Amino acid sequence: MSKASTNSGTTTDKAGATEASAARDGEAAAPDDAAVAPDDATRGVAATDSAAAAPDSQVRDDAGELGAAGSQLSTAPREETALGGPTLSLVGWLRWFWRQLTSMRVALILLFLLSLGSIPGSLIPQTSIDELKVQDFKDRHETLAPIYDKLQLFHVYSSVWFSAIYILLFISLIGCIVPRTWQFAGQLRSRPPAAPRRLTRLPAYTTWRTSAAPEAAREAAVAILKRHRFRTHISGDAVAAEKGYLREAGNLIFHIALIVLLVAFATGQLFKSEGGKLVVEGDGFSNTLTQYDDFKSGSLFNTDDLAPFSFRLDSFTATYERSGPQLGTPRTFEAKVRYTTSADGAERTSVIEVNKPLEVQGSKVYLISHGYAPVVTVRDGRGQVVYKGAVPLLPIDNNISSTGAIKVMDGYRDKNGKKDQLGFAAFFVPTYGGKNSGQMFSQFPALDFPVLNIGAYHGSLGVDSGLPQNVYQLDTRKLKPFKDAKGDLLKTTLLPGEKLTLPDGAGSITFEKDVKEWASFQISHQPGDAWALTGAVAAIAGLAGSLFIQRRRIWVRAVRGADGVTVVEMAGLGRSESAKLPEELAELAGTLHSEAPTAPDPAGSSAEQTVEAEGAEK
Amino acid sequence: MSLAAAATNESLAQTSNVLIYSAMAVYTLAFFAHIAEWLFGSRSRVARTAAALTGGAQESAAGQIEIQVAQQGGATAVLERPKIITRSAAGTRNIPDGPGAHGGDAQGDLYGRIAVSLTVLAWLVEAAGVVARALSVQRAPWGNMYEFNITFSTVAVTVYLVLLALKKNVRWIGLPLITTVLLDLGLAVTVLYTDSDQLVPALHSYWLWIHVSTAIFCGAVFYVGAVATLLYLFRERYETKLATGLTPGSFATSVLERLPASTTLDKFAYRVNAAVFPLWTFTIIAGAIWAGDAWGRYWGWDPKEVWSFITWVAYAGYLHARATAGWKGRKAAYLALIAFGCWLFNYYGVNIFVTGKHSYAGV
Ligand code: HEM
Repeated sequence: MSKASTNSGTTTDKAGATEASAARDGEAAAPDDAAVAPDDATRGVAATDSAAAAPDSQVRDDAGELGAAGSQLSTAPREETALGGPTLSLVGWLRWFWRQLTSMRVALILLFLLSLGSIPGSLIPQTSIDELKVQDFKDRHETLAPIYDKLQLFHVYSSVWFSAIYILLFISLIGCIVPRTWQFAGQLRSRPPAAPRRLTRLPAYTTWRTSAAPEAAREAAVAILKRHRFRTHISGDAVAAEKGYLREAGNLIFHIALIVLLVAFATGQLFKSEGGKLVVEGDGFSNTLTQYDDFKSGSLFNTDDLAPFSFRLDSFTATYERSGPQLGTPRTFEAKVRYTTSADGAERTSVIEVNKPLEVQGSKVYLISHGYAPVVTVRDGRGQVVYKGAVPLLPIDNNISSTGAIKVMDGYRDKNGKKDQLGFAAFFVPTYGGKNSGQMFSQFPALDFPVLNIGAYHGSLGVDSGLPQNVYQLDTRKLKPFKDAKGDLLKTTLLPGEKLTLPDGAGSITFEKDVKEWASFQISHQPGDAWALTGAVAAIAGLAGSLFIQRRRIWVRAVRGADGVTVVEMAGLGRSESAKLPEELAELAGTLHSEAPTAPDPAGSSAEQTVEAEGAEK
Repeated sequence: MSLAAAATNESLAQTSNVLIYSAMAVYTLAFFAHIAEWLFGSRSRVARTAAALTGGAQESAAGQIEIQVAQQGGATAVLERPKIITRSAAGTRNIPDGPGAHGGDAQGDLYGRIAVSLTVLAWLVEAAGVVARALSVQRAPWGNMYEFNITFSTVAVTVYLVLLALKKNVRWIGLPLITTVLLDLGLAVTVLYTDSDQLVPALHSYWLWIHVSTAIFCGAVFYVGAVATLLYLFRERYETKLATGLTPGSFATSVLERLPASTTLDKFAYRVNAAVFPLWTFTIIAGAIWAGDAWGRYWGWDPKEVWSFITWVAYAGYLHARATAGWKGRKAAYLALIAFGCWLFNYYGVNIFVTGKHSYAGV
């Protein structure tokens, strides 16, 4: 047998085609014909069907011809080709709208809009990320800013129009998933569809004549297909088998996981709490609202949700690049903390680093920034200490030049015994590098050569005005400067251990030989994290299933031919064209063939035909 | 402090630079060998496409050509085994793949082989350069754009060579690939060059290994997909012209004739993009987890995050387009190119023009 020519498949051979179609019309007719058919079978006939079919949509095009066998290999919704609106009635319109919304085409457009819509948010400053930049932008673009404001371009990701896009997309998604899940469940319950009448029409096909009985061949096929984990059953004269359901399952899981992700993200936004706290070495923090420097929360957050825990900053260490072109670039930041939870009250230690937040009772404590807090002592005219402590200063550059204010609010009396307040403007450099237009600067971020510059004032600090005050800034409106000999603001530069004496017995301020570091932490609690992660993992798994698994059907028909010899036909159908399907079919056919081997050729084999076919290929 | 141990090794860094320059030199030779391959290939005239289209082409009412050709499928040609007949989907043009850049010309083929050998050599040298760079800093060599670029081209060439080794028909991609590799390296050693150094603390994390390596890999594969898509668009137009009886220009004929058929290119591009899409999804998620650790929120609409998201949505759109009637073919291909454009912008555009939290030490 196997006189089938090895054709290269490059040209069409009309003669062969006609002959083949003739052969196929009489399907399992004469054995000779059946043997020849495969080679040329598929040509001419195919050219006549499916006029304007697009590539890859074979499944659908052939659905009519293949009947149930070709349908439902995917649960993708059918595209409505006619765009015309429905007739009048409200229900009709609603139904039309719903069908449009849940169509793949609209999903595609919405996806496109979603990506288009997220672009402005990456190019225009966003309030949620940097309010100062937004303000700056508004100041610089006076005509543009109001327009942007109207279009909500300063908070794109919470704008009405952006929300509309993704909400529509997710409604579409749900509207798409529900029917598909139903359909898929139905497919799982029912059996693989029976073999189409003409197996030759399928993308991969083979046939041979065997001496085995048809029943035996079918039984063997069932056993082999089951061994290859196909869902298999015999219907009529053929075996029907299907495999790769995980593809559809994966696709559904992926789309459902997207919904889980969105819900988790939304929950997180609504219930989250996030606050900042600056802690000087040796100080602590306990997780209650009043302890926060600043605090933000989602609209459904409740203060009772704050987990009861506290921690203390034992030490903070930073190291920096000491040489090379990247001199001064930070290398490590480590905050050593001791923390306790109310659950057991036991004290534990931990090191918080930039990428390693401390997780405690569902909250995370992140290390955000750091700086220096020189320790100063302020004495009054009689030498009594009225203030002693580490004053956290805010860094203003990469070498941690820092500014801040030292405020002595109460306990201080001037030389006449009258209550007064003291204020000091502080400027600090960890490594003194000289002076630049009168201002000293830092040349390295580590504490190599710390210098503190102090400007002294007294009067009212303005803290009673009821207005919130920035602790790092001195409000000098109601303060009177102490004067130096020349009548200017009394301002001096101190080394550790040095002291500035205020004029007229007003007291002194000492820069102690101790500079502490401070670290600022962000304490966040965002429920839904775990769900988001689960959704994400499920999405990837589903996606992999959906993209890497082929769903395919195999049919094996075994019937007794006119001459009493069994003719076996095998064919495979995949969702998309793939080289794998013919390979798999070849393997299965090979296995089946070894159990139902080729029958000896009957007399008068059609040698001429083979020659003819080969010739035609040239 | 462990810093002393982690100090950069100057001589290794120097070696790395020398290796990268040498790789560029060898890639340049490979480039010229490919040019020779194309030039010699142009001498032979293999108008297979036209032959396939005229040899019995039939036009249906919709103006599409449908020729159904039986092909010998994967069945191993053991005689006793039943042969598998495959049948293409209705409506696809059944056009054979072009012979490749050498156009069937023996000398062209020789130059092509030389080009591939040179590419292998350059790739080895370049990979050694990347490894030396990594050793010199004792960390993943992905701390700045220079390192990113040299790793990127190494990975792109790796993908190409692996496909070649798997006997896939991809040699046609050689010239465009080597051209862009040279561009990429040229940018790296001039504009983007950064001395080898340690990382800022925000980058100290094993997520650097995971997130950045997958990002580079995805980019390299998306890139290969984009080249195939672009060539698909040209080749498809060429085939359409032939099919409608027009005569494409002689340059187009000479070049496009040698490429694989448009359906092959399209399928290849789809496979490549689809295969790497789950990994891209993973890359974004890994980035989100890292951001959760480093910045206290897993998603904050930082420009880099936004553009990764846009890229992801664009590729998802492409995959949807492929599954939607009326969007396949050219429209889907345009989407794929837009998606890759987003990826490119996310790398060059966002790094250079937009400020965000994603910092790369010295660009
Ligand atoms: C959030 C937005 C969405 C994303 C990111 C997304 C992503 C994806 C991806 C990556 C695939 C895999 C493509 C493939 O199997 O080749 C896919 C398939 C699919 N999606 Fe979506 N999708 C989204 C929304 C939707 C919506 C709203 C619908 C319903 C109209 C939908 C219906 C489908 C269908 C039917 C498939 C399977 C296509 C097939 O079997 O060939 N998707 N989607």
